[in-house]
Amino acid sequence: MQGTKNQKNSGTVSEPAWVRYLLLTAALAFLALFLLLPLAAVFAQALDKGWEAYLAALKEPDTLSAVRLTLITAAVCVPLNLFFGIVASWAIAKFSFPGKSFLITLIDLPFSVSPVVSGLIYVLIFGLQGWLGPWLQAHDIKIIFAVPGIILATVFVTFPFIARELIPLMESQGREEEEAALTLGASGLQTFFRVTFPNIKWGILYGVILCNARAMGEFGAVSVVSGHVRGSTNTIPLQVEILYNEYSYAAAFAVASLLALLALVTLAVKTVAEWKMNQTIPVTDTER
Amino acid sequence: MSIDIEAVSKTFGSFAALSDVSLKVPSGELVALLGPSGSGKTSLLRIIAGLETPDSGRILFDGEEATKRQVQERQVGFVFQHYALFRHMTVFDNIAFGLTVKPKKVRPGKKEIRDKVMSLLKLIQLEQLADRYPAQLSGGQRQRVALARALAVEPQVLLLDEPFGALDAKVRVELRRWLRRLHDEIHVTSVFVTHDQEEALEVADRIVVMNQGRIEQQGTPSEVYDRPATPFVFDFLGNVNLFQGRAHKGTVQMGGVSLSSPEHASANDAPAVGYVRSHDIAIERESTDPGSMQAQVRYLLSVGPLVRVDLTLPEGDRTIEVDLPREEADRLQLTIGEKVYARARKMRVFVDDYQI
Repeated sequence: MQGTKNQKNSGTVSEPAWVRYLLLTAALAFLALFLLLPLAAVFAQALDKGWEAYLAALKEPDTLSAVRLTLITAAVCVPLNLFFGIVASWAIAKFSFPGKSFLITLIDLPFSVSPVVSGLIYVLIFGLQGWLGPWLQAHDIKIIFAVPGIILATVFVTFPFIARELIPLMESQGREEEEAALTLGASGLQTFFRVTFPNIKWGILYGVILCNARAMGEFGAVSVVSGHVRGSTNTIPLQVEILYNEYSYAAAFAVASLLALLALVTLAVKTVAEWKMNQTIPVTDTER
Repeated sequence: MSIDIEAVSKTFGSFAALSDVSLKVPSGELVALLGPSGSGKTSLLRIIAGLETPDSGRILFDGEEATKRQVQERQVGFVFQHYALFRHMTVFDNIAFGLTVKPKKVRPGKKEIRDKVMSLLKLIQLEQLADRYPAQLSGGQRQRVALARALAVEPQVLLLDEPFGALDAKVRVELRRWLRRLHDEIHVTSVFVTHDQEEALEVADRIVVMNQGRIEQQGTPSEVYDRPATPFVFDFLGNVNLFQGRAHKGTVQMGGVSLSSPEHASANDAPAVGYVRSHDIAIERESTDPGSMQAQVRYLLSVGPLVRVDLTLPEGDRTIEVDLPREEADRLQLTIGEKVYARARKMRVFVDDYQI
């Protein structure tokens, strides 16, 4: 009796060995086929014509300009969304107010809308035929088919990343620590920088890194508003597409490898941030 | 510092957390707000701290209007049920926090802060744990650190929200006695919230019993325990048996016996409820008093120094609970099913339609 009972118990706790190996192999094979192989292919293609050709493709003025524009876009978008993300999640996690769930839904909107639509929205508003088009033209302000349009579209597409990361984190931490700080005489800013921020810093890093990766890699929305002007309104992903369409595969893959490298760095930082976050979250919750 | 609460009301949505509550807390006293959950005691504490604003009414500190004062200006120390220690700071930094956030002009020097924190660590008997993080402490240690952190800024008022609620029974008893001794030393005006009547009776100078956003009764522990003003207070403090009956011109008929009750001389065949604490019932083999009721032993259970006896009364098949001291139970040698007499040594009758 005892023996059969034990067997049953161990059976519910872990699957037979062959099932485990089958699942593991399936998962790894899937990863290799759809993630590792393409990644390797990008670098293989990029270096197909040798190291010299690779560097030459990157030194191309149009490519350099695309890299510069991508960096500028990310440098504007990430701080904007960082500020917005912290403000929004602070408001949502620490206070209750009417319209709170509507605000959360609104933050998710860019996730649920196709990036192409996000781009079109801005064309409809700021484009020549758009609502504000005539006024903008009269004042000689260019937004669509120019850098401001690219930045606007990218901000829109990337704005949920940081807020979405911080809201659940801050909600799980509650507001007691902040209240304790206030009763001890700390001002609002002191409370934020000395109590709230240290508790969410890894979550912020995680959100920033994801937001940055998306800002640099965004294609759809940017493609609609950019106008593809070489050397002036092309970002890295757009440049890759142009080179690819012109059959300069090595050059296209060389530029694409920059984005692939970015992805690898992003993954590394994300892993560290996740690990650090898991270390800090459960502290006061253990005894509840 | 004394606290005056004047006609404070607070609603959350459609829920009235506090309705027209007035209370005076004299300087230097340790007052317990006692009540079941949802009785408004925590809301009242948070309003005193400035963490909530009342919908109407005023809070006075030492006779001065403080309703509009910010939390930071109120000089209150607040201790949370779940400690709310800063998880990324050491014990030392937690306690020092209130001193280090002071404006530059009034902030004490590094050495003074260090001395102050060390003396507080000594007070809470955790000197050797200064460099630990909250996660590395037990619940009781965390709550002592939280208390030291609140005391570091020398608050005028100490407010404690169910401070021992998250601790296990033994630590809870130790810590509340320690709090009582601490209060006897430093005499800071303190208000603590609890739903544990034993805790309130043991620790507080005065008890304020709250129910449904109102104050039911306030007084010293013995006043509240010995002379409950309302059926609710009677029921909330201690184990109680109810006897339904009728009061008529100074006598009360209940459970087949009649008792004289001069305070209800004007009652005219009104429904009455008698309240008897479980330790105020004597069990006897012979009927010694006209008030004795026939009963049958249904169940016996030893609970530490007491023996809990469940008795079945013949009419209505009702069960009452009796707590006998161990020696008394040993002397009687009761057996289950035995017929005995129960006599209420002390009964409080409320002529009321109050139902539990």
